[in-house]
Amino acid sequence: MTRPLINRIPWTLIVFLVLLPVPFLGSRFYTFVATDIVILSLFATSLNLLLGTTGLVTFGHAAYFSIGAYTTALLMKNLGFPFLPSWIAGGLMAAGFALVFGFFCVRLTKIYFAMLTLAFAQIVWAICFKWNDVTGGEQGLPNVPYPGLDWMEVLPLIGDLRVSDKFYYVALALVALCYAALRRITLSPFGRVLTVIRDNPERAQFIGVNVRLYELAAFMVSGAFAGLSGALFGIFNRGVFPDFAFWTKSAEPLIMTILGGMAHFWGPAVGAAALILLNQQITSYTEYWPFVLGGVLIVLLFVFPGGIVGTLTKLGRRIGGRDA
Amino acid sequence: MLEVEGVSKRFGGFVAVDAVSLTVAKKQIAAVIGPNGAGKSTFFNLITGHLRPDAGRVVLEGRDITAAPPHRICRMGMGRSFQRTNIFPQLTVFENVQAAYIAHRGRGTNFWASSAALYRDETTALLQQVGLADKANEAASALSHGNQKQVELGIALACDPEILLLDEPTAGMSAAETRDSIKLLQHLAEKFGLTLLFTEHDMEVVFSIAEKIMVLHQGRVIAEGTPDEVQRNAEVRRIYLGERK
Repeated sequence: MTRPLINRIPWTLIVFLVLLPVPFLGSRFYTFVATDIVILSLFATSLNLLLGTTGLVTFGHAAYFSIGAYTTALLMKNLGFPFLPSWIAGGLMAAGFALVFGFFCVRLTKIYFAMLTLAFAQIVWAICFKWNDVTGGEQGLPNVPYPGLDWMEVLPLIGDLRVSDKFYYVALALVALCYAALRRITLSPFGRVLTVIRDNPERAQFIGVNVRLYELAAFMVSGAFAGLSGALFGIFNRGVFPDFAFWTKSAEPLIMTILGGMAHFWGPAVGAAALILLNQQITSYTEYWPFVLGGVLIVLLFVFPGGIVGTLTKLGRRIGGRDA
Repeated sequence: MLEVEGVSKRFGGFVAVDAVSLTVAKKQIAAVIGPNGAGKSTFFNLITGHLRPDAGRVVLEGRDITAAPPHRICRMGMGRSFQRTNIFPQLTVFENVQAAYIAHRGRGTNFWASSAALYRDETTALLQQVGLADKANEAASALSHGNQKQVELGIALACDPEILLLDEPTAGMSAAETRDSIKLLQHLAEKFGLTLLFTEHDMEVVFSIAEKIMVLHQGRVIAEGTPDEVQRNAEVRRIYLGERK
């Protein structure tokens, strides 16, 4: 049994290479949108480890996104830590909180699980909102510094770019690494056990799977990557604010994932790109963006339940005329 | 091999299983029969840890497994199949069985290797055994009911069981499928040296392969013994085999 060709293509590398020339397209705006997409796609893909791979619906993923963002921002801004250790600390802190919150969440199933994730996220939001001394309360943490990027001056071409363009490359490289790691995890024996839990948790127990333990592990890994993406977003956004943890922020990666297709590893990334580009385009024509978004989602759920990627692969198979 | 000592289960005021005892010897093929609602499935769920008995003990090869969690009981060598087909529908047939190998042998903690080639030989060999070699790459949900039951058997066997509990293994099968699957079961039990305990309502199946039969009625044991003994039992004939006075 050989792996189908499509799985052997190093997609992460290809997407990485395709996105490299963006800052040279000549518009600051393109770099801005591309950075936004790259960072938030990681947020959505981290969520999909729970949603598409493990079959757990969470309404509180913003908690880990914001914990990563606040941790990294605090370390860099208030304590003067360099970027890389701060970024990793953001991921670890998010993983730690995911472990604690997840410990309680995985004891519940289905909608009760989802509601508890939401409850924890709202607690995080309330703390961010009120703990003025540390999180800056309602005002948040403005002016998060960019990482020191002077070392990039020696690089050809990139050395002369604006700092926001340079940060785009930092984000792109780090997110690509995260994608490579998430992809590996998804295709590992651990990932296979997660799909088994998604398909049939009762049966999973009876092939020797400790379902709660694996769900907790998935929850933690997913939280860690959400934290890493939040940490990057805080810098990109030049500030971290309580609404990073608000429940509407948890809905964003869910919408992206459903839009792109949760059955496919790249679905959330495609969904993130589609959502952000649509948002940019439509808000320039009309103020009724949420109305359009709602319409798009309704059509998608009824006509293309597999999302963009799901529909494309189905089309591809039909044209290719093969069963895979 | 398996000793069940006086297990009981109550749901509210309803006694589903009432002080039922059963001993199954190594490599024996034993059946639990009884009319609908007799408590067969509940009895199975008590043995396999899905339900906690209100009273009584379950002992597997000398170890008390009463109310141990299912994943632990599974690792001690008890495999099970379910009355309603219970597979991993979105995975391929190959992946269904492979996942059972991964999980049962504790490889699921590895999150960095590739799972694609893991246990490929074992999985392929087992699929051959259960007669699914040619369907390895099909989605499990696309198979016929009979084939899905074979997948389920494959999953159970991948867990390397000493004893296999089968809840109505031929439920919903055509007569031909039933005959084939019984033949397959008998063959596999012999080949792997398995102990089998199953529930069934097809009497022909029961009397063709069971060496020991226990009859449940309203949660209580009303007869136990060889097929001959059970067939001669007057009470069994009255309430179960439909003979009226």
